[in-house]
Amino acid sequence: MTRETVVNAALTLGLLIVPMWALMADEPFIITLATRVAILALAGVGLNIALGLGGLVSLGHAAFFGLGGYAMGILASHAQSYTPLITWPVGIEGTTSMPLIWLVAVLAAGLGALVIGALSLRTSGVYFIMITLAFGQMLYYFAISWPAYGGEDGLSIYLRNGFPGLNTLVPIQFLALCYGLLAIALILSARLAASPFGLALNAARQSAARVQAVGLSPYRLRLVAFVISGMITGLAGALFADLNRFVSPTMFSWQTSGEIMVFVILGGVGRLFGPVAGAAVFIILEHVLGGISDYWHIYLGALLLLIVLFARGGLIGLLAGKAAHHG
Amino acid sequence: MGDPILSVQGVSKSFGALAANRDISLDLRAGEIHALIGPNGAGKSTLIQQIAGGLRPDSGRIRFLGQDVTHLGPARRAKLGLARSFQVSALAMEDTVLQNALLGALGARGGAYRFFGAALKDAGLRQAAEEALSRVGLLDKAALQTATLSHGERRQLEVAIALTLRPKAFVMDEPMAGLGTAGSQQLTAFLDGLRAEAPILLVEHDMDAVFALADRISVLVYGQIIATGPCDDIRANPDVRRAYLGEEA
Ligand SMILES: Nc1ncnc2c1ncn2[C@@H]1O[C@H](COP(=O)(O)OP(=O)(O)O)[C@@H](O)[C@H]1O
Ligand SMILES: [Mg+2]
Repeated sequence: MTRETVVNAALTLGLLIVPMWALMADEPFIITLATRVAILALAGVGLNIALGLGGLVSLGHAAFFGLGGYAMGILASHAQSYTPLITWPVGIEGTTSMPLIWLVAVLAAGLGALVIGALSLRTSGVYFIMITLAFGQMLYYFAISWPAYGGEDGLSIYLRNGFPGLNTLVPIQFLALCYGLLAIALILSARLAASPFGLALNAARQSAARVQAVGLSPYRLRLVAFVISGMITGLAGALFADLNRFVSPTMFSWQTSGEIMVFVILGGVGRLFGPVAGAAVFIILEHVLGGISDYWHIYLGALLLLIVLFARGGLIGLLAGKAAHHG
Repeated sequence: MGDPILSVQGVSKSFGALAANRDISLDLRAGEIHALIGPNGAGKSTLIQQIAGGLRPDSGRIRFLGQDVTHLGPARRAKLGLARSFQVSALAMEDTVLQNALLGALGARGGAYRFFGAALKDAGLRQAAEEALSRVGLLDKAALQTATLSHGERRQLEVAIALTLRPKAFVMDEPMAGLGTAGSQQLTAFLDGLRAEAPILLVEHDMDAVFALADRISVLVYGQIIATGPCDDIRANPDVRRAYLGEEA
């Protein structure tokens, strides 16, 4: 067992113990915080595939987070108001079933990532950052100016959506769902990193010329990674909207993209549990420092600076040392 | 003799005002090692890039296995069976030596879009990768991170990756650089046998290696080929002696 495995196991244990304690101490707010951590970590797990494995510095992942959020908002609002989503060419109703909503969220985010990726991956470096940022902002302004779904004010959902066999209104049950999805995403992400695709993607980040010289297209590898990445972040967006029972254009904002990136960088770029550690520390800081000062972002900024300057592997790197080469 | 495997026809490339090479024609025939020599800055690497597809020629054509590949990208040419090694190593430095070789095996076999199953545990890939590493004498370094290799070992890894592709032709840009005497001699012996598998277009500064290996030599000076022929002709060629071999002969 490597040190990183131990750190990851400790993190997992912490994520399990805290809500159990909260349940016994009757602290539902802590359970909600843990749910936020899981959902934001999931968004980061998505970004980490593009950023960590693919080396794609996307400052537009809010686009996929927001698409997932609006997929949930639109479907649920139609179901709750008993108005069909569309009537032509076929009648499609809304839904309040989480599995269906997730499916739509993942597909919408995947399609968005395909279009945005296909265009932005033709560039690299700072141009790629700017183009992904621009696409995110485009969706942000589109959401603001689309009155049908709340425009600037966003869209509230009266009831949390349902999952067969669970009462999702009970915080611990919704938390269990989010944990389950995060666990699945982590397992898939670990397998992806070790797979032939992961090998090629990882090599394309280090030397595109090398990958071409063995007959593979870096562009295609990156595009596929970008789509998978967007899908996972989109799923997180749907869950985030369900947690808050609210979607708003803020989900599309560049600040959201920035925060998702902060989770990854704080926790450790390319480290499996990096986004989990990053999101957990982010939420803890927000909760602890936010109570002391409205300007808690300053302290977050200072921490981020220290991490970037002195601990390139993020918190995971600090605790577990340098990354093993995917052995 | 039959058609050449690779043929370069009147290829030119300029970088702004600088003509890196002009109207180059040469070919590579089955079973041969064709050495390309010339002083630094003569345009050898530029020509290799044009052949491999990393640079598009301004004019002229490149044919490989009878097919016009002038407008194909590097990945497509590699898929057709053109393997190259880089003068400045292009390797996944953070990955292990074995992973770099696995990448070559993956490119050759296909199936890069498999998302499950560990690449390291894929018996087929692994066998191809380890065989190539063992042929260049790098198998005992398989588990090392590539960044820890010496310059010479990186060149050997470049050759190993090219081997995993089971190509129809090799294009190698100074594979001996940084190898040291013993290493150069080993690689020379290895390339000597390799020509039976696929012909090699070899850019090399090590003249001992060139004269030991080459069936034919082309001499590139200031972006133009001033002579092509068997070793003895090149050694005796007065233009070559003046322009290039002068100081060594
Ligand atoms: N990408 C480039 N942009 C501008 N000039 C280049 C580029 N690549 C090579 N050159 C120039 O072209 C000439 C030939 O370079 P090169 O092909 O590397 O020579 P060689 O491999 O024979 O030493 C040199 O003068 C070099 O500076
Ligand atoms: Mg050169």
